Amino acid sequence: MNTPYPAAGNGRADGRAGGHGVVAEKEFASYYDRPILKPPTWKASNIAGYLYLGGLAGASSVLAAGGELTGRPRLARASRVAAVAGVSLSLAALIEDLGRPERFVNMLRTFKPTSPMSVGTWLLSAYTPLAVAGLASDLTGRCPALGRAAGYGAALLGPAVTTYTAALLSDTAVPAWHEGHRELPFLFAGSAAATAAGFALIATPLAENGPARRAALAGTAVELVAGRLMRRRMGMIADAYELGSAGALMRAAETLAVAGAAGTLLSRRRRALAVASGAALMAASAFVRFGVFAAGVASTEDPRYTVVPQRARASAPPHHPG
Amino acid sequence: MSERTAEAATRLPQVQEETGYADHPPRMGFFTDTSVCIGCKACEVACKEWNQLPADDPLEFTGMSFDNTGQLSASTWRHVAFIEQRKPMRAPTGAGDDGAGDLRLLMASDVCKHCTDAACLDVCPTGSLLRTEFGTVVVQEDVCNGCGYCVSACPYGVLDKRERDGRVWKCTLCYDRLVDDLTPACAKACPTESIQYGPLDELLERAAARVRDLHEDGVTDARLYGHDPADGVRGNGAFFLLLDRPEVYGLPPAPMDTTRDLPSIWRHAAAAALTLAAGVAAAFALERR
Repeated sequence: MNTPYPAAGNGRADGRAGGHGVVAEKEFASYYDRPILKPPTWKASNIAGYLYLGGLAGASSVLAAGGELTGRPRLARASRVAAVAGVSLSLAALIEDLGRPERFVNMLRTFKPTSPMSVGTWLLSAYTPLAVAGLASDLTGRCPALGRAAGYGAALLGPAVTTYTAALLSDTAVPAWHEGHRELPFLFAGSAAATAAGFALIATPLAENGPARRAALAGTAVELVAGRLMRRRMGMIADAYELGSAGALMRAAETLAVAGAAGTLLSRRRRALAVASGAALMAASAFVRFGVFAAGVASTEDPRYTVVPQRARASAPPHHPG
Repeated sequence: MSERTAEAATRLPQVQEETGYADHPPRMGFFTDTSVCIGCKACEVACKEWNQLPADDPLEFTGMSFDNTGQLSASTWRHVAFIEQRKPMRAPTGAGDDGAGDLRLLMASDVCKHCTDAACLDVCPTGSLLRTEFGTVVVQEDVCNGCGYCVSACPYGVLDKRERDGRVWKCTLCYDRLVDDLTPACAKACPTESIQYGPLDELLERAAARVRDLHEDGVTDARLYGHDPADGVRGNGAFFLLLDRPEVYGLPPAPMDTTRDLPSIWRHAAAAALTLAAGVAAAFALERR
């Protein structure tokens, strides 16, 4: 038998969850409203920035290969530039975020499939030289066959570069990241396609940007659907994506994505509109990454995101009411 | 009551064998019996002293009962929680028995759980985190590069980065003492044997007996936490006897090792990558010229 006393050991007298105080919550117990999880040590500028730039790079390599294969040299070159710029800044952000940046090489002393960060490090170690070689050959005109081969290699690894970051986030105890592990890679893939296509819309003339327009539309559609589906499936944890700064970022991302997609549809003959649409899509994609990052942080800072779903799991049938 | 109370002692996996130790001592750990904790914080002090841990900044009064430590951190590897409740310690047995007063002060010394399935260890990209021959989980400070992945992987919020140092630190279960057959500093200093150190199998038997005794004495709230090899981390190398639900002490009620979902995580990431490649290919193939 349990007791008639309130089980909320140190819950507030009014039985409400602390923290945001925005929504009335079902009562749950916590230790002085303190977080149970530690917030990520990662800086938003570095890691959300990396999520975005890695996506830009990976998807751009695929576009570059398509441009190469279909005789669109300006699309191919612009995408190669985006890939190399994206991955270089990515690596800089990743290393800068380490507590001991000079020990980055310790990442290369082992390979662990159980660690998406280890897998990602090796992936980037293979991808980066290929992307750089492809661009260098294109710009200098040297070793064109080798350069093309390197570009195709980068295009093969590119999709993995864009989606392994979702595995990286999901393989944590952070509720808003872990519970989204089915949809997050699709959200990232869609947003990466949209941003790489957005860059291509900005950087290439109308005559060569047909594939980019279609990739932008398809990517945006996947991004929007995956984001909605993810939030619907994760129950109360979706609050982390809807409240506070994460909510503002996610809403801004959706608005920009819809605007960018609409502009893209109308931009077949309007260069200025293509540029504006591309910029909107790139901004949307960046907001998605920063929004997902902020939602994860928020879900570690409020114990209800840990306690309420786990309590539901712990007291799932067979349950003796207590 | 939703937590199991371990009618019979279960055995925790000898995780050293899974790690590859051919020859190893029995799996060692902590049983923290919070029903006899007096909140003296000797464990916190002994831990700081032995492991030469720096102070946590800022020093401040929290207003949380006697708890001015706040939480486990990179520099605090034992943390005593204090919970004041308007509730008798044991159920009243009848008229004239108020169940020993209407207030109780719960005290509990928290520590790294040294999980059987340790997510921190799985996600560490440098191999800095390792499983010792005692079955405990330790960070090698000469390897850690402060990537912080383990911090976000831990379902208990145990690990953290020491900002000025840049690396991640946590309880080693006094590995340096264990190799010399010494008791960890916190257990050694505990004046009430609230913190007990020993082979996990022995501790589990002792814990099950203690829960039975408490239930017979009318302390029906007593339950074990982290003792169950069937839970989301296959049991802890440091488990607890609690007098209320885990979340009241700041512990997750049903923690899970995130890497259990890793096969699904990788599958979905791979499917999304293929979708991206196919989608972009289609964007080129659909060209009308």
